[in-house]
This record gives sequence, structure tokens and C-alpha cells, in this order.
Amino acid sequence: MKSVGLYNRLFSVFHKSFTLLLVLAFSISTYAQDVDEARQKAGKKLFKSQCASCHKLDKKLVGPALGGVEERRENAWLKAWIKNNAEFQKVNTEAAEAALYATSAMNAFPQLSDAEIDDILYYTTVGEIKKAAVVGEVAVGGQVLQKSGAPEWLIYLLAAAIVVAFLMIASLLKQVSELKGGAKPGVESNLKRDLQELWVGAKNNTFLKVLSTIFLLLIGAYITFGTLFKVGVDQGYQPIQPIAFSHKIHAGENKVDCQYCHSSAKHSKHSGIPSLNVCMNCHKAIAEVAETTEIQWNGQTYGKAQLDLEIDKLYEAVGWDKDELVYTGEEKPVKWIRLHNLPDFAYYNHAQHVTVAGIACQKCHGPVEEMDEMYQYSPLTMGWCINCHRETNVDLKSNEYYEKIHDQLAEKYGVEKVTISQLGGLECGKCHY
Amino acid sequence: MMKNFKLIIALVVLTSLVACNDKTKRQYQYMPDMYESIPYDVDAENGLGGKPVNSKPVSGTIPRGGTPAYDIPDTIEGYELAKTSLKSPLEKNEKNLDNGKKMYTIYCISCHGKKGAGQGYLATSEKFAGIPSYKDRDITEGSIYHVLMHGKNLMGSHSGQLTYKERWQIAQYVEVLRADLLK
Repeated sequence: MKSVGLYNRLFSVFHKSFTLLLVLAFSISTYAQDVDEARQKAGKKLFKSQCASCHKLDKKLVGPALGGVEERRENAWLKAWIKNNAEFQKVNTEAAEAALYATSAMNAFPQLSDAEIDDILYYTTVGEIKKAAVVGEVAVGGQVLQKSGAPEWLIYLLAAAIVVAFLMIASLLKQVSELKGGAKPGVESNLKRDLQELWVGAKNNTFLKVLSTIFLLLIGAYITFGTLFKVGVDQGYQPIQPIAFSHKIHAGENKVDCQYCHSSAKHSKHSGIPSLNVCMNCHKAIAEVAETTEIQWNGQTYGKAQLDLEIDKLYEAVGWDKDELVYTGEEKPVKWIRLHNLPDFAYYNHAQHVTVAGIACQKCHGPVEEMDEMYQYSPLTMGWCINCHRETNVDLKSNEYYEKIHDQLAEKYGVEKVTISQLGGLECGKCHY
Repeated sequence: MMKNFKLIIALVVLTSLVACNDKTKRQYQYMPDMYESIPYDVDAENGLGGKPVNSKPVSGTIPRGGTPAYDIPDTIEGYELAKTSLKSPLEKNEKNLDNGKKMYTIYCISCHGKKGAGQGYLATSEKFAGIPSYKDRDITEGSIYHVLMHGKNLMGSHSGQLTYKERWQIAQYVEVLRADLLK
């Protein structure tokens, strides 16, 4: 045991020193490239703010890849093109030809100076400065992670194997003792006799009988009513969706408004499931997640490797070729599983609650921005609806249409604020008709 | 044999108890025909005659209270045409502007930012790069509406999420933002 520890320590020392050497070698090589870091930085900043919505260095986006563009075009030609490509096309035949490849016209950038364009072009030539040190650390981190303990499923497997082995041994021992001719018959019969005596004693005790009958009845009632009250109440329902979509990442970390995707909530009875073109509004550009992104999905932790595959599922469904950046036209719907489902005899309208009352989605759907996997937060029972209608005040401001009736109701009930129930929110016909 | 039988019963009871707590399944429903309705649901997989019913509207028809379909094509020429000729049918008043702001805060703010300078949360957190400021672009209400309908470059179409009126209200608000930025 000791020697293993020593070996591990030695290994890690060796590993770290090797990494350090590697880092040194890399940093020397970057210095050897002789990159003007200040210029590269300035160019990168401009590129990110002005060009990156349509261009990448290594890949086609809306426009062509711009890595090493100066090798393909002269500096003066590029400057003229960037500043005002539409004008330039009229005087330069090459430019007019180049424009034919584009599906949309490039914007003019008259606000960029010659020096700024030079910085951008410098950035496209040298590209990113490689940070060798970071790469080294990641490798060491990976090593550490791998060392720390076996994977969880292995532990479960071992535990199961031990239990099975134990049972087998027990049954073997029993068989052996039976073959030997029943080792301890006396003890067994004694136990049997004792139990029998106890049973007879209990049978003759009336008080015990009554008590146990009441106890059993109560337990039976508890189980029966507990089961009956659960009928049709799907609180906590969390089906496994076909794509590992995390509300926590979209609505929480990236702060996308609920209604951006569920846009029909503001005008319609339903808050619909967004069509896939809404996903593509962002995922046209975002084909992979960040290195550190992690979600909890169906009891497992999904990292970058799995999540990128989940985005691929979207591309497959919507028919998007992520290399050519075009729609192929081969679509197939995603079969999302619906969580919140009211029976047909209850009427509910999202627009009335979202637009008219201005209630936050979280009031009924819970902390969605913290849920990786969506679940039904509220019971959606009638009692739950009615409670809220009793407690919530009607927003009386800037609602001229109802001003008169609001005043009358406030007078009738002698209150300052009118709750929804006082406005008729408890009438059966409001929701059941 | 008898002992095994009892064991089996115990196991069955145990598994059924565990199965009841399976959160990926719905609870039992009383009269489920009110939950899974006999008439077809919108967007359901099996609609009319086993086919989905979310089919496109008949071409050439306009819904009651609707507006004619947008017929300027998503081309470079179409963009120029919208930019120069398309005008808002809405009155420029406070009410429209307020709703424009409300809609902008839901649908545009993530990228274009509160002031329209391209500094939305997704831009500052480096999820998206290169979102332009409105002041750097020569845009009119017609071109804003056109881009909302068809999208431009990396921006996708937002026509499905917004109504005709809301798009024009956003266009009005964006013009106000641009004027503020140009000050």
C-alpha cells in the first residue's frame, strides 16, 4: 500500500515537471513566432464586435472563412471592399464577381479607419495566440479526475455481486445442513410452539383485538384515501424528453425570456411548445456548448460530449446541415412529451393570466430557470386554483374599461382592493361550461 | 414452496409501491377520456384521419382580422425595396411605443441590448459576437420590419413569435432607440 502511494507521488512529480517543460517549450515557440500581441488583441476585439456575426476564421458562417484572407486578396482591395463593397463592385470587376457567391449583401463599414482594418487583417493572419500553459493544466486536471475513485456503476455492480455471492453461500450452507439430516430440529419446534402460544393468547384478548382492528381500519383508510387523492394529480411528473433540453441553461444562465420561446402565451389559450425555427434563431450560430457546461439529466451528469449530440438531434429534426449551413428540407418533428394537461372540463387561458393579470410564469410553473429537467411544480387541482383566486388582488390600475365595476365592487365589499373571487372568479361557469 | 410464494407476493407489493413513485409516469386517471380528449388536439401527432392537423393555411386566404401575407422576398433587392418603400401603418403614439418596448424587452434585448448598442446579455457573455449597434447601420422602419420578417445574416426570422402589429410597434421603438444612440 505504501509503495503504491510512493509510486503515485513520484509519478505526479514526474508528470508535473514534464508538463512544466512542455509549457516552457511552447512559450518559447510562441515567442519565436514574434506576434505583436497588442495589435492582435486590438484586431481581435474589432473582429469580434464588427465581423464575427457573419465571419469566422476557420469556418464558413454567413460569409466566407477569413483566416489568412490577406494571402488571397491584396490589402488595398480588402480595404475598399470592407469600407463600401457596394460602391467598390461598380468599379472593380473582381469585386462584382466575388459578390455573386454571397447569399446576402455585406454591410458597409465606413466607420472603420485604415489602421483599424489593418489590425483586423493582422488578426485574421496570425489568428489566436496559443495558450500552452492552459492546455497543460487541463491535461493534469484530467489525470487527477481519472485517479479519484472508480465510476459509480462499478461500485453498484460490485455491491450486487457481493450480495449474490452471500445468498449463494447461505443457500449452500442450508443444503449442506439438510443433507446432514437437519442439524437443529429442537430449536425450530420450540420457536413454533412459542409462536402458537402467543397467537392463542392474543386471540383470547378482546381489548387487543379491538385495538388491532381499529389500527388496521385506520391504516386501510389512510392508504385508500391517499391513493384516491392522487388520482389525476400529476405533481412532480417528470417524463424523459426526447432531447435533453435544459431550462436552467436557456432561461437561467442565458436569461432568455420565457415568452421568447413560448410566444403564444401572450395571446392564446395555450402556451405552445416553440417550433424548431425558434431554436434555430440562436442555434444556427451555436452548434456546440461551452467546455464547462454540465446538466443533470435523468440521474446522470451530461457534459459537453453528450450535449453536443443533443444539439445534433435538433439539427437532424429541423434538417440543418451544420457543415454547409443550409437547410436540407428533410424535417421530422420532435415528439416532446406534454407535462401540464388539464382535463377537457376545465377551461384555462394563458393570455388572461400572462397578459391581462401580468402573473409571472414561475408562480404556477415553479423555478423553471433552475430546472435542468422540467417537472410539474403545481398540483393543478381545483383547490389550488381557487386558493390563488381568493388571495390575489385584481390589478385595478390603467384598466379604464373596468373602472366603474371595480369601484362598485370595492364599495360593495367595503375593501380597497378587490380579489379575483370578489370579481366572480369563483363562479363555476368561469372555468366549467 | 409456500415460503417462496410469500416472498413473491412481498416482492410484487414492493415493486408496485416503487412503481407508483415513478415520476416519469402519470398517476392513474379517473375517466381518462376527459384528459385525452376524443376531439383532436392542436399540434397533436394523430389528428384528423391519423394525420397531424397543424397544416398550413390555404394559400391566398386571410384569417379574420388578419393582414395580407408579406410578399417582399428575402433577397438583397427585397431588402432595398422594403427599406425605401415600406411604411408603418400604425400611428406613432405612446401606446404603440410602450408595447413596442415591452416586446423589444422579450424578443430583442438578449442580443441587441437595452439601448440597442449590441450589448445584450448574450453579447457581453460572449455567446454571440459581432452584434451591431443600431447607430452603425443605415436602417429605416421598413428595413427593420423586413429583417423581423425574414431575419438577416445570423439573426433568424421572428415573424412566428410576433403579430403584425407587434412587429410594427417594435420597429417604432427601434427607431427611437437609434435616434437616442445617434444623439
